[in-house]
Amino acid sequence: MDNKNKDHSFFFKMIPYLDKYGILILLLLMILTMHILQPDVFLSWRNVTNIFKQISWQSMLALGVFMVIVTAGIDLSVGSIMMLSLMVLAIVAKAGMPWYVVVLVPLLVGLLCGMFNGLGITLLRMPHPFIMTLGTLYIFRGAGNLISGGVPISGFTEEVRYLGHGRIDLTWLGLDESQYLPVSLALIAVVYFIFWVFMNHTRIGKWIYAIGGNPNAARASGINVNMILVIVYSLCGFLSGIGALILAGRADSGYPNAGLQSELDAIAACIIGGASFFGGRGTVLGVFAGVMIMGILRNGLNLMDVSAFWQQVLIGTIIVLAVYIDVLRKDFGTRK
Amino acid sequence: MLSSKKTVLEAKNISKYFGTITALENVNLTVSPGECLGVVGDNGAGKSTLMKVLSGLYKPSAGSLFFNGTKEILESPRDSQNLGLEMVYQDLALAGNLPIGENIFLGREPTKNLGFLKLLDFKKIKELAEAHLDKLQIHVKSADQKVEELSGGQRQAIAIARATAFNSKIVIMDEPTAALAIKEVSKVLDLINNLKKMGVSVIIISHRMDDIFAVCDRVMALFQGTNFAESQLSKTTRDEVIGWIMGKK
Repeated sequence: MDNKNKDHSFFFKMIPYLDKYGILILLLLMILTMHILQPDVFLSWRNVTNIFKQISWQSMLALGVFMVIVTAGIDLSVGSIMMLSLMVLAIVAKAGMPWYVVVLVPLLVGLLCGMFNGLGITLLRMPHPFIMTLGTLYIFRGAGNLISGGVPISGFTEEVRYLGHGRIDLTWLGLDESQYLPVSLALIAVVYFIFWVFMNHTRIGKWIYAIGGNPNAARASGINVNMILVIVYSLCGFLSGIGALILAGRADSGYPNAGLQSELDAIAACIIGGASFFGGRGTVLGVFAGVMIMGILRNGLNLMDVSAFWQQVLIGTIIVLAVYIDVLRKDFGTRK
Repeated sequence: MLSSKKTVLEAKNISKYFGTITALENVNLTVSPGECLGVVGDNGAGKSTLMKVLSGLYKPSAGSLFFNGTKEILESPRDSQNLGLEMVYQDLALAGNLPIGENIFLGREPTKNLGFLKLLDFKKIKELAEAHLDKLQIHVKSADQKVEELSGGQRQAIAIARATAFNSKIVIMDEPTAALAIKEVSKVLDLINNLKKMGVSVIIISHRMDDIFAVCDRVMALFQGTNFAESQLSKTTRDEVIGWIMGKK
């Protein structure tokens, strides 16, 4: 036994590092490739901030879905939660409510939608979260269309649009006025840092990983698994609410097709970022890398005028490849 | 004779039904401080179900539990843990994706305060885990090693280490030696004898008569979900106990 372990010791030592940082290497390779292909444009200030603006709300959905996937669950309803939150925001804004109410409302709606998912999965004892969230994918979008009449509602105040549309001026650093930081980029950094701390340095975060690793172990340790699941789905909904707030700023409109199929993008980003569908595996940093890879791919292919159809083919290919790498890694892990 | 002794745990008339299936019917069980009770029975006799009732993982359909003579209703395993009862599960109940130390402290992780934030104290988890493993003479490379990288025997050792990490008064072990290499079996049995000396009560479910006769003081047999037979170990024989498992007196 010991000898066999020694034969593979190099691999065993490498696995945790590849697990943690392999995805960053892929991300750097992509950036390098894009830079070589588009040396003048790709790494320009304008394009880089553009990428971050483009991934801003997707990154929130992906982070929420990531936590759900760590518990070995799935949330198909994040796009619909975002759309419903956005529609409620638009209606409240049109009703002339003060901006701080308009800003808080989508967060609350998202949280409640997520809680609805969590309670449904645990209280109704759904055989799999797929079913509950597939149901709410339709329910929430339908509700969003019901309350808005299925038509776009446009025009928000600057305060409401700040998170999605605002600029952090950098002229005091001696930079040009066009060289600003999008507020959404700062928001991504703050939210991802908070959730990195939450997932890696708090008890509940550890329990989320434990539930994904072995729910029986978590239960036997006295962890209230159902309560943690409700928290996870609620937070996922809350992050979708933040996504709605960002999208409101970017689009200046609540529209019926908002977030259509974005749950699939969110899942794709998690999978590319190394989260395992079997649960218990994946990192916040990996999800960020997954979101970035998808964002850069779309941006880069747009710059090179590649058709959107090819983008779909490429993203699909990357998902399959990323999971194949996960399968290979699992093989290493079990061959002792 | 037993009833005159103080009991640390007593289960009275426990029944458990899963739908139309009767897993346990009017089962009684008592354990005294520092005593090792062996529970035997064929597959499906209800041993594991009874242990899950004792630990609070299952709620009994009928009957009551007494800890140190006080009636307690267990809502979850955390309640039984708070009363000093720990369980080593047959399916080990370890999260393979987490390191050894975090498994030992799962659900009760030491934290440090950072302002108003309570963050996990990874240094303390590692130190306490390694100290505890040393005390039990369980050898692993590091408490940071993930459990999925360990052998079956090592995992069993970690599961027992977890059960004994919090000064428990009663430890329930479900087939503690079933997955172990022969040289590791005696280590576990030594560990059980040590626990008894420390006044910890141990309940062992085992098919292995060698284990039962090496460490137990008393043995009880379940048959088709009911109490079938019970005896001090000194007053019975292997063949008799094996007969009980088959339902013969």
